[in-house]
Amino acid sequence: MIEAQGLTKFFGDFLAINDVNFTVHRGEIVGFLGPNGSGKTTTMRILTGYLSPTSGAAKIAGFDVQTQSLDARKHIGYLPETVPLYTEMTVEDYLAYMGRIRSMDSRRLKRRMDEVIDIVRIGDYRNTHIGKLSKGYRQRVGLAQAVLHEPEVLILDEPTIGIDPIQVVETRHLIRSLGQDHTVILSTHILPEVSAVCQRVLIIHEGEVVAEDTPTNLAERLQGTERIELEVLGPAKEVVSALRAVPGVADVRRQGDGATANHVYLVECRRGADLREQLAKTIVQHGWGLLKLGSVSMSLEEVFLQLTARGEGDK
Amino acid sequence: MWTIAWKELKSYFGSPMAYIIGAVFLALTGYFFVQSISGSFAEASIRGWLLPSTFVFVLWSPVITMRLFAEEQKLGTLELLLTAPLRDWEVVLGKFLASLGMLIGTLSLTVFYVMLLFWFGQPDGGPLLTGYLGLLLYGAATLAVGLLASSLTGNQIVASVVSFGALLLLTLTDQAAQATTGLSAQVLQELSLTSHFTDFARGILDTNNLMYYVTFTAFILFLTVRTLESRRWR
Ligand SMILES: Nc1ncnc2c1ncn2[C@@H]1O[C@H](COP(=O)(O)OP(=O)(O)OP(=O)(O)O)[C@@H](O)[C@H]1O
Ligand SMILES: [Mg+2]
Repeated sequence: MIEAQGLTKFFGDFLAINDVNFTVHRGEIVGFLGPNGSGKTTTMRILTGYLSPTSGAAKIAGFDVQTQSLDARKHIGYLPETVPLYTEMTVEDYLAYMGRIRSMDSRRLKRRMDEVIDIVRIGDYRNTHIGKLSKGYRQRVGLAQAVLHEPEVLILDEPTIGIDPIQVVETRHLIRSLGQDHTVILSTHILPEVSAVCQRVLIIHEGEVVAEDTPTNLAERLQGTERIELEVLGPAKEVVSALRAVPGVADVRRQGDGATANHVYLVECRRGADLREQLAKTIVQHGWGLLKLGSVSMSLEEVFLQLTARGEGDK
Repeated sequence: MWTIAWKELKSYFGSPMAYIIGAVFLALTGYFFVQSISGSFAEASIRGWLLPSTFVFVLWSPVITMRLFAEEQKLGTLELLLTAPLRDWEVVLGKFLASLGMLIGTLSLTVFYVMLLFWFGQPDGGPLLTGYLGLLLYGAATLAVGLLASSLTGNQIVASVVSFGALLLLTLTDQAAQATTGLSAQVLQELSLTSHFTDFARGILDTNNLMYYVTFTAFILFLTVRTLESRRWR
């Protein structure tokens, strides 16, 4: 449904994306995960025909986005990063306009408008000027606009940004249900979001796809290197050596200056093992005081660093 | 294309700008009209009124066109428009047609002056028609310039200042042409928006002049399309 081959884009001398390849099959929901400035928006803009790639090619529903641009665009529903709304229009007028520039006939447009207004639940605001809507509601109008013409491909750039947590859950639900009869690409820099919504994740870092996997596999890969933080009341040196002796521990570091009797230790674990129970037992067996134990989740940056580092190691 | 034109026309009438600028247009042209027919040897024609009225476009067109693309860039809606299944020229032409609609609407209000002429005298029909055709062509050309300026920036004020400056230059070349002689004078004369207008005012329909305005407008609109296209390559 969506094919990208060797997409590369320079802005002047700046390489925004470098040799991006991927394929998305019909009915799949694929997430682009990456930190700020990694090239998610740039990739999506190339797919929608807003930007031309410096080199490489992409196809949407079999149509080349550059040479058969209009045909390709007909199959796309797009929610850009900055939700594009005419603030002086009412929700209904806006949707009607969006439908008409996509040449929907008026009967179908009317039916679809009622449907999408229902889907994104903006019924109470049908006749409100968009300028007066809150950010979350604007986001919904943007989403309504993207699905209005029943496109086969949905390209959503950070669809849940600016929405409150309850709505985020609802929106993710919505996207999942859209995935039943659409092919969806969405971008995000929220790790849990991709696991909640996507069947496959492409991790983009500094303009390159550094990993591609299912969220579950990805989570496993990352979990293998999870860190555990311990606060222990006891002699520092012995604690460190005792923790090191636990099978599966890769490294132990002491944090802080050690001025007090209790210290915080950061334990790096090897892949695939949850050592929390083991570590707790060890501490208790030595008769030290276990004040705190918890896993430290990695920040997105660290995830990328790790994936990039591993990617290089694999080569 | 028509959808875009229609939407832009509606938003003109939804904002006070259209009314204010329309009123200013009428006030200025009305003033020139009174000037042109008062005086003891006044004739029943719009000839004296036409030329000063073209200068009003230098002010009017930038204001009418400034938001057409600049606002879309600021709101980010240009991204939707350029990724919708529309050709770039359809977008440009749609916007241009909307501004042309405003032009025709505003010009049709001045028909009131012509009715006054018929009331008080016997004006010649020919020069009236060519005069209005001239105004329409002249106005369309200035609107195209305004549209191009609007496509260059996301700032409406900048857009209007740029097109105002450009239009001022294009009308002043006529004066410059009169100040110089020889080849340069001829070139300037050819380029000038105003020099091609005088025949229309006299009631002469010259295909040369007609072609000048049509080509000029088409060329500027073409540049506007290219400006939009060039965004993809940035
Ligand atoms: N029009 C442009 N001109 C020059 N540089 C650009 C342009 N658009 C994007 N860039 C640069 O390209 C890089 C990738 O940007 P992009 O918007 O694709 O990132 P992103 O992954 O969408 O980030 P975010 O999470 O912040 O939305 C950034 O470093 C950005 O500065
Ligand atoms: Mg982005």
